[in-house]
Amino acid sequence: MPNAQFEHKWGMVADLDKCTGCQACVIACQAENNIPINTKDYFLQRRAYEWIRIERYWEGEYPNVKARFMPVLCQHCENAPCEPVCPVFATYHNEEGLNVQVYNRCVGTRYCINNCPYQVRMFNYWHPNWPARMENQLNPDVTVRTRGITEKCTFCVQRIRRGELKVESQGGNRLNDETIAGGNYDPACVQACPTNALMFGDLMDDNAAIKPYFDDVNAHPGHGEHDRETRGYRLLEEMATKPSVIYLKKVDQYPLPGKGGH
Amino acid sequence: MQEGKVLPAAQINRDLLRSILETPRWFWPVVSLLGAIVLAASITVGIMINTGLGITGLNYKVVWGFFITNFVFWIGISHAGVMLSAILRLAKAEWRRPATRAAEVLTIFSLMTAMIMPIIHTGRPWRILYWAFPYDFARGIWPNIRTPLVWDPSAILTYLTSSTLFVIIALVPDFAVLRDRTTGWPKLVYTLLAMGWEGNPRQWKLQIIAGVLLSALILPVFVSVHSIVSWDFGMAVAIKSWHSTVFAPYFVVGAVHSGVSAVVFAMILLRWAYGWQDYIRHEHIDALGRLLIVVATGWFYFLVMEIIFGIYGLEGDELAVRALQFLPGDYGVAYNVWMIVFVGITYFLPVILWLPKAWRRNLWIMSAACISVNVGMWLERYLLFVPGQANKQFQTFTWNDYLPQWPEALIVGATFAFVSMLMLLFSRVFPLVPLYDIKEGDILRTEMQVGRRTLTATFRED
Repeated sequence: MPNAQFEHKWGMVADLDKCTGCQACVIACQAENNIPINTKDYFLQRRAYEWIRIERYWEGEYPNVKARFMPVLCQHCENAPCEPVCPVFATYHNEEGLNVQVYNRCVGTRYCINNCPYQVRMFNYWHPNWPARMENQLNPDVTVRTRGITEKCTFCVQRIRRGELKVESQGGNRLNDETIAGGNYDPACVQACPTNALMFGDLMDDNAAIKPYFDDVNAHPGHGEHDRETRGYRLLEEMATKPSVIYLKKVDQYPLPGKGGH
Repeated sequence: MQEGKVLPAAQINRDLLRSILETPRWFWPVVSLLGAIVLAASITVGIMINTGLGITGLNYKVVWGFFITNFVFWIGISHAGVMLSAILRLAKAEWRRPATRAAEVLTIFSLMTAMIMPIIHTGRPWRILYWAFPYDFARGIWPNIRTPLVWDPSAILTYLTSSTLFVIIALVPDFAVLRDRTTGWPKLVYTLLAMGWEGNPRQWKLQIIAGVLLSALILPVFVSVHSIVSWDFGMAVAIKSWHSTVFAPYFVVGAVHSGVSAVVFAMILLRWAYGWQDYIRHEHIDALGRLLIVVATGWFYFLVMEIIFGIYGLEGDELAVRALQFLPGDYGVAYNVWMIVFVGITYFLPVILWLPKAWRRNLWIMSAACISVNVGMWLERYLLFVPGQANKQFQTFTWNDYLPQWPEALIVGATFAFVSMLMLLFSRVFPLVPLYDIKEGDILRTEMQVGRRTLTATFRED
């Protein structure tokens, strides 16, 4: 059997028009990936961390004010600035387009955190701990990270692997929406999103729902932004990091006075 | 022509070896005090390794703080050694002679101190072997040579090795003097270190050739070390105010600025502590002061250029960092006030103090100016590194500030005690002013008349 697991290029689309800023994705990620509970102390030390965060921006001045929300997670850049700066190869690009972090190898120089333009890499300043009654709820598929290392969103690689195993056990050789129904290999944030603002898929799969957006954005890069047919754009496109996450612009039906809106 | 009188060789030996052969009364109390500070900091490092970096003030946004600032500061200090001994040796500046060894030794100790910083700053220092040495041969995984963090140890260890060789070669004739003046086990140690030095012409010639060769070979290392350290920051594409090509020359000149100032201050201290008035003379301090005016002005040029290059592009996210640096801030710490203080005490105050000749020859004023430069250069690194991380990109949601905590302050303070302690201990074991170099300078000052020609009285390193 050809090594089918390499025939993937995972990507995500975040529709800002659908995002309500409910933070369900944040909690789902927290539970799925064994992220320590962000206590009051952690917030006061400014060390609270989430693998996906909802950035909230205010537009306009009170009382004509609107809240804007943007989920930001690891962009799994094809040209990731975090990768070349790690002295021990703790972070590298795997064959499925994922930017992976090897916890066991990381020594904690934190250069990758500095070199990530999206600020999605998080450092464990303390040893993580949970209340005793919660220790049995930890996800057995995900490593509990120790202190002193950097961690970040994995696109829930454990779910992808589980899906691949299931496909293999059913005699298939390719993980996609046909072999595993209902996107059961989606990351926790995608699965939890009540408005389906997040979409996950395989760019190597021609039927994937996210593919048209990527094709459109790739066909009109950089300055060709205005020729795009979809609302797609990449975060900090001018950095040329080629993220595997595409954002769809908000459709502002009732723009604030003085604002053009889209 | 130099000032000061030519002293007999016996007196030079007696004066300069006094620090080794006699123990001043203040010596052990001072060393114990410095040692206590170092011990306290070592315990803090132990606590930090045991409980995690949580006890520092670093947070999810500002991940490089006091330790990296201090690392770059000490790398900067280390540039004094080569500047004073190699460059001035090749330029045949006679006034360098008493300063060379203090500068070289300061180089070695500050490099050693600097290398501690990034190691204790990592999250898991006990796994540092993975980084510093090739490992895991079986799976063919090597350190990632694309990262400046691997270039760093290579450059620094090269510099450390070559500086150590440089010091040892210069020390060999002095070891021989010590071998002849000590008894018991110290004599044995010095005999081994002197490597059979007899002072015959062949040995002198080889020693001088080795010194000149090493001077020339170290020069590229001198330029490369701090350039590479600056690339830790210059190569970081994501941090707008760091990603700058001017960093390498800016850092090198800044390093010479702080390093030479540190050497001047160390020389004034040693002159006072060991009574070396006849060797470290006002003319030497004066000459170093004049050199420093040039270096400081060069550094100031790069400082202004760095800011101009930053704001020239008018990029929103870069301007946000510059606004944090120069305008009244949103955070508790007003970086703009520190910025004014830093430029004042690093350039304007010391240069004004160095301009009049009488002030350059006043040791109190020189000490004040040199301390001011070093405080300012420490601040410079801090103000360069931290605001860039605080306002990293134009995603204002993640902007965050950094407030250092006591463990960082204590460890940073203790590095100064550590270097001072090492310098003092070194001065107890090895002569900190090169004996033979002083004598050589004295001989070179005496000239012979042969017929109509004026010749120098001895072999010159041409």
